[in-house]
Amino acid sequence: MLEKMSDNIPDEIKLPTGSKLVLSSSPHVSASESLRKIMLKVIAALLPAVVAGVWLFGFRALAVIAVTVISCVGAEALWCRLVKKSVSGAVGDFSAVVTGVILALNLPAAVPFYVPVIGAFLAIWLGKQLFGGLGSNPFNPAVVARVGLLIALPAAMTIWSPPRGMDKNYPQAETFFGSAMMKKVNAGELDGITCATPLGLMTDTRKILQTEGDRHQAAAARHNFDKVNSPELLKKYFWGIRPGCIGETCVPALLLGLGILLIFRLVNWRVPLAFAGSVFLLSGIVNFFFPGVTPPPLFHLLTGGLLIGAIFMATDMVTSPVTNTGCLIFGIGCGIITTVIRIWGNYPEGVSFAILLMNALVPLIDRLCVRSVFGSRAQNREQLR
Amino acid sequence: MSKIRSFKGGMHPEYDGKELTDSCCVIEAPLLEKYYVVLAENAGRPPKPCVAAGDKVRKYQLIAEADGFVSADLHAPTSGTVEGIVDVPGPMGGSVQAVVIVSDGNDHGSAPFDCWEKWQEKSGAELLERIRKAGIVGMGGAAFPSHVKLAVPPGKKVDTLIINGAECEPYLTADHRLMAEYPQKVITGAAVMGKLLDVSNIIIGVEDNKPDAVAALEMASAGTSVRVQLLEVRYPQGAEKQLIYAVTGRSVPPGGLPFDAGCVVQNAGSAAAVSDAVLQGIPLIERIVTVSGEAVRSPGNFKLRIGTPVIEAVKLAGGITEEPGKLILGGPMMGFAQRSFDVPIAKNTSGILLLPPKAALNFSSSPCIRCGRCVEVCPMKLMPCLLCASIEGGRFDLALKDHVMDCLECGACAYVCPSRRPLVQQFRRAKSELRKKR
Repeated sequence: MLEKMSDNIPDEIKLPTGSKLVLSSSPHVSASESLRKIMLKVIAALLPAVVAGVWLFGFRALAVIAVTVISCVGAEALWCRLVKKSVSGAVGDFSAVVTGVILALNLPAAVPFYVPVIGAFLAIWLGKQLFGGLGSNPFNPAVVARVGLLIALPAAMTIWSPPRGMDKNYPQAETFFGSAMMKKVNAGELDGITCATPLGLMTDTRKILQTEGDRHQAAAARHNFDKVNSPELLKKYFWGIRPGCIGETCVPALLLGLGILLIFRLVNWRVPLAFAGSVFLLSGIVNFFFPGVTPPPLFHLLTGGLLIGAIFMATDMVTSPVTNTGCLIFGIGCGIITTVIRIWGNYPEGVSFAILLMNALVPLIDRLCVRSVFGSRAQNREQLR
Repeated sequence: MSKIRSFKGGMHPEYDGKELTDSCCVIEAPLLEKYYVVLAENAGRPPKPCVAAGDKVRKYQLIAEADGFVSADLHAPTSGTVEGIVDVPGPMGGSVQAVVIVSDGNDHGSAPFDCWEKWQEKSGAELLERIRKAGIVGMGGAAFPSHVKLAVPPGKKVDTLIINGAECEPYLTADHRLMAEYPQKVITGAAVMGKLLDVSNIIIGVEDNKPDAVAALEMASAGTSVRVQLLEVRYPQGAEKQLIYAVTGRSVPPGGLPFDAGCVVQNAGSAAAVSDAVLQGIPLIERIVTVSGEAVRSPGNFKLRIGTPVIEAVKLAGGITEEPGKLILGGPMMGFAQRSFDVPIAKNTSGILLLPPKAALNFSSSPCIRCGRCVEVCPMKLMPCLLCASIEGGRFDLALKDHVMDCLECGACAYVCPSRRPLVQQFRRAKSELRKKR
């Protein structure tokens, strides 16, 4: 049964000297995943939304994305230079590129170019490096920048240009363009055309309703909900043919991105599901009982930045909880705050604010969801008897 | 056969290196000139040497006697002369004492104990005493004396004996080959310990990647009370608490022992040693060791005497292909990195791994991005990333509250960490700091 010492050992065998031995604590092997690979995969997941954004909003969108990404990387490099940290180390992990792309996708294509430059510094400096850099930031840097820009430069951040495919034949075109712009659209002029977003129209309408104006106005306003919510329009919203930020409109592209993130296991599916699901459910309940207060849930799902927020911004690993239960709580919290702001707030959109507020709660959620250690539940008593 | 079972959590390494040696039959090593039998084993008190320089010893002769209950006897691996007791590099690090035996080349010695072919007629106490005298320890991990694990404390009721044949560590195939080539020894050892404990459930847990071992065990166990349980290929399936959960569905409470779940767990290698001690009357002086790694010319499984210097094992495996960057005794997940090839093997040395500099993990200090992978894989359901943050901030109290003491040090968290953070090292630091304060 036993083989005796085999004769196949060569006469001269090379023996180790131990000159290169490294001593370290176990484990001695690791998975091949690295920070840089994770960031590159996230960038891959963002690409469908980038392509869709450029297709819909044109060359201008590409320019905005380029300026934002370059500014973010520049801001990161400049910070590292100033605080004497390794520039190549910080830039080389591609996290600034990810922040840049996400921020750019959250800007209107018509935004003046100084806006993304300011945004880059808000994101990288205020949002990330002031807290200690990657991993130490409590808030999602891109969301910090977006909210900062929205508050500081509200006018520049809300210049909405119509996407490809939104012309005079667009359903309810006059509602979106307004009568003055509609004339230009009808005349075929292309320069300086701006329009309202579906969420913006919805907000104007509900403000009129909530201030209890005269009955005629109220009836007209209520009618507006139906106008922005027609099945024909919802179909357009789904494909991304609506005014909005560069990357937020095209739903198939965002879902494709989510698919990539899930395949690479880079996000916890509970966050986007709980976020979008709770918005859908809550707005559905409100719409069911108070039909004049807000449009139906599908409208909420397909407009504004809900999907890009739920898929790419709330799921940021650094600023979301580490446990499954925590992710559920986090997602539901985001959904509730978003719905409340959208239905009762002063801003048309609440996704960014919701994410920031829930980001602040993440350490508490993590503490709350510390799992009970293996075996701590006395479950074996019975089995033993 | 029942369905494949597992614990919850854990992971499977991208590359487990088993293919290097899992079909390599066990090769018996030739006699060496010198053996360095290490006195200090990891768990328990080191035995007291009972030979001195110049003494003649015979194979199997007692050379160091257990010091107290939690300690194991040591026996001469071959016949020859005791050269002395010297300091050698320890398999667990540091410097330890070893009895040096110069072989006389004859390998003379007779079985020091009676052969009990009818062991079924012996009492539990007699069998336990035999296991103690044979110096048998846990051959899979901490080298904890087997007789201690088999002595059920008063008030505890044990109804299940589990033989650990999971061998979940990457690269290692020593237990795999043992079970495939010597299934009868494992089954007999298991049955002896089952008789000793007076239990009816005797289960051998084997991971699903060893079909030949499972087939051999099934065949050898036919007609006995021993049963084979297939386990999912998942690290750390062979960790004691996880194995008990996988096999019985019971969980050992934090800080508890297998007794608390009505179980006793013994390694497959230890079971084979028990069989030898009872049927052949010989103590534990040799074991199967996997010599593997990408820097080894011809990896394989070798039957080595306890006290064989690692360099001799490397010679058996045909030397090296390139200067290794890491020498590990044990597996790559929980084994110990060594600083010298002069380190001798001990009773719990399941593997000798030579990893090239490129393959060996280098820890870095990249920041934690809270990806949660460590939380997902932790078999103890701890939160490694948060624990590590507490420890780095000096908050050992928080780490204690979050059960750092329950960490197995299995390394699954550090394996999956994309930032290559030295998580296990931090937990070890916290555990030793906290033990000091107690």
